Amino acid sequence: MAAPTTTSAVTGGNSASRPLRPTQRKLPFPASLYQTAVGKKWVMALTGLMLIGFVLVHMAGNLKLYLGVVQHQGELIYDADAYGESLRELLVPIVPRTHLLWVLRLGLIGAFVLHIHSAYSLTRMNLATNFAYESKRDWLAANFASRSMRYTGVIFLAYLIFHLADLTWGLIPGYEWERGEIQHNVVGSLSNPVVAIIYVVANLALAMHIYHGIYSMFQSLGINNPRYNQLRRPLAIGVATIVLVGNVSFPIAVLTNIIEYDPSLLAG
Amino acid sequence: MSKRLNLTLSVWRQAGPSAPGSFMTYHAKNIPDDASFLEMLDIVNEELIETGEVPIEFPHDCREGICGTCGVMINGRAHGQEKGTAACQLHMRKFSDGDTIVIEPWRARAFPIVRDLVVDRSPLDKIVAAGGYVSAPTGTAQDANETPIPKEVADSAMDAAACIGCGACVAACPNSAAQLFTSAKLWHLNSLPQGQAERFRRTEHMVETMEQFFGSCTNHGECTEACPKEISQDFIAYMNRDYIKSQIVNRKLAGQK
Repeated sequence: MAAPTTTSAVTGGNSASRPLRPTQRKLPFPASLYQTAVGKKWVMALTGLMLIGFVLVHMAGNLKLYLGVVQHQGELIYDADAYGESLRELLVPIVPRTHLLWVLRLGLIGAFVLHIHSAYSLTRMNLATNFAYESKRDWLAANFASRSMRYTGVIFLAYLIFHLADLTWGLIPGYEWERGEIQHNVVGSLSNPVVAIIYVVANLALAMHIYHGIYSMFQSLGINNPRYNQLRRPLAIGVATIVLVGNVSFPIAVLTNIIEYDPSLLAG
Repeated sequence: MSKRLNLTLSVWRQAGPSAPGSFMTYHAKNIPDDASFLEMLDIVNEELIETGEVPIEFPHDCREGICGTCGVMINGRAHGQEKGTAACQLHMRKFSDGDTIVIEPWRARAFPIVRDLVVDRSPLDKIVAAGGYVSAPTGTAQDANETPIPKEVADSAMDAAACIGCGACVAACPNSAAQLFTSAKLWHLNSLPQGQAERFRRTEHMVETMEQFFGSCTNHGECTEACPKEISQDFIAYMNRDYIKSQIVNRKLAGQK
């Protein structure tokens, strides 16, 4: 620790000794954990893991768009629509229809809120503590994905709001939105090349966000094992690629008529 | 006879902590290529003194890579382009004749500039003062070999203890975070038997002191690349793990389950 002593001797005092952030009153545990940056990163990693889980399940569910029409309880129905209905009927008759789905949705919304709030608050902290260099930096380890997390996150959030307005609430004009008619709505929405391009751009941002997120998650949670550390990059690349390839396949399949909506098939 | 280099330097000059600063251009002529980077600055300073100009203030002490006093941004990299090397151990033979070298002080809100290339790194001392020690008020120290320490543990603690506290990790971090420094100081003690009694109290205090001055880790990995001792980011994971544990363990110790 020779360094700081010498520089302090030069100044004849320590002008840097005043904290940049005043100490806060400690809240009771576990809220106290969320008051610290290390705790916020922990929350960010755990909520990120939940959100990645959702993204993977959502993508896997959408693969049913490829299955087309199936026999379901004696009638012809698009398999994607049957899957949507099965989500609403989770645990029926133990709990009433859509109740468990809402519990899951609330968990997801909670994860989103915490993920975004911790990101916002850590970004503010970092903007307050860093001091930009006047000369050009030569980055050695930071990559485009790691340095653009806050931008890819915001881009994807903007897309998410559009996505809900488009397919969940039917607020975006351009096709006849019908509640619960998943195949009809997805095909109607993504047949518009502009929507398809927005979809692809948002998923590129998402894949980059997931790539750094997965790599970073282990470090934030303190999961470190010399045996498995070298698997973090391949895992991050693998999951990001699965999400990207799966999700981007949908607009391409709609535009090339691989995924279709044909009401005459339902008439049987 | 060694090769001689002629270089153009672009150096940050700033008269005091609140004075305005700017890059000034200097010509370093006839620099022997076996000079160290700091010796090159000495040669430039001698010429500045002879011409009646104010010499460039730069941090330096042992000049053998162990004290942690030196450290400047050289062409956008902390301690320059040589991996695992402090600025004092960087030699001019690594540069070519006619090069332009941009030299800037460490930048972080917690490291105010004292003068030119010298910054005040005393917040790092505050982190160590918050728990970077082992309290053993027990009279004479016992023989070192009384406490058996497995080789792997001793190696890991030594890797962490290699930290010279130069602040390159903070300087290289886009968030000015001191995670690598703090985690190295923590693991140095937290991994050893002697450090166990205060392990979680130490972790809580040092992390919370760090957060008063420095940013938050976003796992870019620039710190390890910049570190003259190549300290591993793995220690940051150990620190994160111990910090979360400390929140529970310290409360248990205080009797509030």
